[in-house]
Amino acid sequence: MATERTPLIRLAKRTEMKRSSMWMIRVGSILIALILGCLPMILTGNNPVSAYGVIIQGSLSRPVYLKQTIRTAIPLLGCALAIAPCFKMKFWNIGAEGQITMGAVAATYFALFWYNKIPHVPLLIIMAFTAAIAGGLWALIPAFFKAKFNTNETLFTLMMNYIAIGIVAWLQGGPWEGRKGSQLIPMFNDNARLPTVFGVNCGWIIALVLVVLMYIYMNKTKQGYEIAVVGDSVNTARYAGMNVGWIIMRTMFISGAISGIVGFIIVSGANFTLYSGVADGVGFTSITVAWLSQLNSFAMIVISMILAVLEKGSNTLQTRMSVPASIADIITGILLFCMLSCEFFINYKLIFRRKGNNKKERS
Amino acid sequence: MTTIITLIVAAVTFGTVLMYGTLGEILTEKSGNLNLGVEGIMYMGGAFGLAGAFYYEKAAGVAASGPLAIIIAILAAFAAGMAASAIYSFLTITLRANQNVTGLALSIFGTGIGQFVGEFMRVSEGGYVALSNNLKEAFSAAIFPRFIVNIPVIGNILFSHTVFFYLAIVVAVLMYLFLKKTKWGMYLTAVGESPSTSDAAGINIVKYKYLATIVGGGISAIGGMVYIMTTAGCVWNHEGLSGVGWLAVALVIFCMWRPLNAIWGSVLFGAMMIMYLRVAIPFIPTELYKILPYIVTVIVLVLTSMRNSRDRQPPASLGNNYFREER
Repeated sequence: MATERTPLIRLAKRTEMKRSSMWMIRVGSILIALILGCLPMILTGNNPVSAYGVIIQGSLSRPVYLKQTIRTAIPLLGCALAIAPCFKMKFWNIGAEGQITMGAVAATYFALFWYNKIPHVPLLIIMAFTAAIAGGLWALIPAFFKAKFNTNETLFTLMMNYIAIGIVAWLQGGPWEGRKGSQLIPMFNDNARLPTVFGVNCGWIIALVLVVLMYIYMNKTKQGYEIAVVGDSVNTARYAGMNVGWIIMRTMFISGAISGIVGFIIVSGANFTLYSGVADGVGFTSITVAWLSQLNSFAMIVISMILAVLEKGSNTLQTRMSVPASIADIITGILLFCMLSCEFFINYKLIFRRKGNNKKERS
Repeated sequence: MTTIITLIVAAVTFGTVLMYGTLGEILTEKSGNLNLGVEGIMYMGGAFGLAGAFYYEKAAGVAASGPLAIIIAILAAFAAGMAASAIYSFLTITLRANQNVTGLALSIFGTGIGQFVGEFMRVSEGGYVALSNNLKEAFSAAIFPRFIVNIPVIGNILFSHTVFFYLAIVVAVLMYLFLKKTKWGMYLTAVGESPSTSDAAGINIVKYKYLATIVGGGISAIGGMVYIMTTAGCVWNHEGLSGVGWLAVALVIFCMWRPLNAIWGSVLFGAMMIMYLRVAIPFIPTELYKILPYIVTVIVLVLTSMRNSRDRQPPASLGNNYFREER
């Protein structure tokens, strides 16, 4: 065959793209997602414009709403920071849900049994510290098997979530149950609750500090560099003399530790008690936050706020316009789909077949 | 004795739900696509299956026939699952998005849609969506005649189940035959093991990945419908359905990606999940029973990776996208 028709659309990898046009594409995809999000509202007979109005109003318009929105965003942001190094390393840790839960368990232990023996600030520090250790150790289990036997980490970390949740369900109905038969763990004493700063629990300060620390860790330290190398090519890392197994375990421990701290913030700053649904999907949603932010710590602040606005606003939407609050999940899903697709147009360019040029020369 | 029989029957009922979810995911993963959206797919299957049967009955009135309602529910769920996994396929295969993240996004989206449809039906129908008792019975009736079901012991264990259980077994056997005995099944396995080799051999990778993922999603979705129409009693119940999809993902590992293993595997997992209601083992708190399936799965996962035997591994390219340009 001497000649062959070129396909209608061809793909070519883009070498470079201006930052401004990259962000144009991303913002454009968010807009497209918001337009697509109108569909379920129209289908159920609601006016999408006023619905979006209610979402914005119900999440940002008053200080009290804004505080609730920020409270929703804190765990998302914190947990996205935890996931970033793993994903940079191409270690698909989807077990943040379980790591949060185990962190929360450790914090709750001290809140329930040591609140009257240790003063306020040391108690909180101990809670945070043990939560970090518990989350880290929980993450270390799959990391160990990955490093040692190359066990599939996606599936392993996924299973660990449900084991952690099951343990809490057992604590809830068994050893830590408050009133017999209530299936509830008692509320924390004031001594074990996080103080509020500007009306929101001080978890937001912890999260913002973590943003900066994680940025420095990933971009300015030797360990951050090692993570990037392992993520790019395990073989290169080995050849350069890095101990890949050790890097995997160390990174997972750090990741789990941050998730554990998020668990501590949730029980001690927002719920004031522990129950099996303590992580409430944060571990999964934050993966999408981390990925959509291109693993950039500062972009995570924006993305987690967007998702928090949607979630908080949709609750208001349910009470005001009787649209089921699950609309938040639908719009979040559409948003994720659009933003995931737009990366394709950033990385590749489409070349359309032009007239008169549809014969490819044989080279 | 009767306790054991009721336990087995209940295990089969819940296991049927898992079997569809697992079989669908096995087909998907055979193509190298790790679709973590099963949870969302099963929610959508449940909501749309219920909607299909409900609106059919509303349209047909008293003349509504049971078998037709079952077929409509299956088709509605299947279509919903196909639509959901078509989104996943387009994003991961054509647009090359990360599979884990896309799967999780589909989970969020699908649970949202399922909840939304379930809630919306409830609100728009004045607070309660349920089928008439006739149709409810059609969904949970045994398909074998009374005298066979009445055979002591065996009758209950083997012949007292709904049509969905036997259909699932048929699907499992067909899938086994497809994967092991047909050319296309072999090709599909090859695509999942090594896309670049298959591509070089002239197999249309994109087509196989798309078809396996979309049909697999449809099969998984039927599981959600079966849960709503049998266990949940034809009422939208998202709490009972939550976690089932993830359990199906676990079960795929437990079954070692083999459809025939899914038959007994899902009944076993079904038993573990409902055991806490029926049997009390001293010294083991009932809440801990429910994590048994996950612990067993972890053990299986670790053991297989330790032994590293060739025929007991996940499809080699599982979770990785294939770009021809990046070979």
